[in-house]
Amino acid sequence: MSQHLLAIGTVKGLFLAHSPDRRSWQLTEPKFLMNAVYAVAVDPRNQRLLVSATSEHWGPSVFSSDDLGRTWQEPTGGSLSFPAEAGAALERVWQLTPSPSEPGVVWAGSQPSALWRSEDGGAHFSLVHSLWEHPHRPLWGAGYGGQAIHTVLPHPTDPARLLVAMSTGGVYRTEDGGRSWEPSNAGVKAYFLPDPWPEFGQCVHKVARDSGDPDRLYLQNHHGVYRSDDDGRTWNSIADTLPTDFGFTMLAHPGRGGVAYNWPITADAERMPPGRACRVYRTEDAGRTWSPLTAGLPQEQYFDVVLRDAMCADDAEPAGVYFGTRNGEVYASADEGDSWSLVAGHLPSVLCVRAAVVEEA
Amino acid sequence: MCRVVVPAALRQFTDGAASMTVEHPEGAELSDLLDALAARCPALIRRIRDEQGELRRFVNVYVDGEDARRLDGLSTSVPAGAEVLIVPSVAGG
Repeated sequence: MSQHLLAIGTVKGLFLAHSPDRRSWQLTEPKFLMNAVYAVAVDPRNQRLLVSATSEHWGPSVFSSDDLGRTWQEPTGGSLSFPAEAGAALERVWQLTPSPSEPGVVWAGSQPSALWRSEDGGAHFSLVHSLWEHPHRPLWGAGYGGQAIHTVLPHPTDPARLLVAMSTGGVYRTEDGGRSWEPSNAGVKAYFLPDPWPEFGQCVHKVARDSGDPDRLYLQNHHGVYRSDDDGRTWNSIADTLPTDFGFTMLAHPGRGGVAYNWPITADAERMPPGRACRVYRTEDAGRTWSPLTAGLPQEQYFDVVLRDAMCADDAEPAGVYFGTRNGEVYASADEGDSWSLVAGHLPSVLCVRAAVVEEA
Repeated sequence: MCRVVVPAALRQFTDGAASMTVEHPEGAELSDLLDALAARCPALIRRIRDEQGELRRFVNVYVDGEDARRLDGLSTSVPAGAEVLIVPSVAGG
């Protein structure tokens, strides 16, 4: 029997919500209590759940579940660890991304900024040395949340092409399967640097790939919202009709090209929503125009925000869209954002959400 | 030989044991002791030390009641019969 699964990563554990219809939800007791869950993935190839859980005391781990979260496994030696010669220790995993084009491959982005590749479905990961040894790496900075690769975007059909993004370092791309990496930030502003148009060093918050055109990307920057139509080589502003150009998240519709979602925040210096209202913005023309989505969302005295991985879509038809907030609210839309309802409130601060239609055994 | 006392949060990695007896050579340092423990309980030691061997920031290790960080850190001498306490520090919100 199929059902909808919503995985909610918070600063104090993982919550799983189940629904038959995406309108009524049942929330489980949290897993990985007192662990910050920065990344969750539901692998569409096999329904495996992957979770990055970091304990302030006991360090980072990546766990997997093949029974939709009832039981969890971690290799005895752990899933990721830097080799001795790297001289670094893993702080947390920020991103877990199953490859859409290579069987068994899962990518991970970590803090400190590193890319990892698993070929056994996410049980064991190896450091991608070519990016770790990139000559720019010593010059990458750290955002408030730490120096991390928080975005990993494989090309949907070409395994040689992959994009990563970090704060602060910017976007890097490979076109040769990871043998070489190039910064890919032309047109993205770094207003906080003496040269606001550097080759790298931008504070990119999130990048999403258009589902209709894999060369089209959407980017939320630390001030600035951009689109690329050439797989990230160049970027142009699409912020004109958004109320602000600050925010953390960016989401592409999973099945409709040109459709993307954004959750604007007033400014770097005022991290609250514009108009003190909870509004998702949607574009249906690849960023030329954006419209607010408000039905079912609080429109007065609202001070909450959404972090970079706390917005997602599912793989149902029509697509469901979800977001979670720093104050522990989670909203769901079963109609692509036209209307919303509260899934859960009073949770710990939400770091990430992922949703999928799953088949119960 | 010494006794290592494991906090409740980590006993899932010791098959539930609250303490473990660890053989170690005369003159051994804390690092040697943790290495010996790692051979038996690798998942336990990953929670105490990172992959470069450093004690995790919010884990405290006491050797006969003294905080190892205030002694010689991982080079702290562990005498025969010592009691080694692994204790999570008070942290978080």
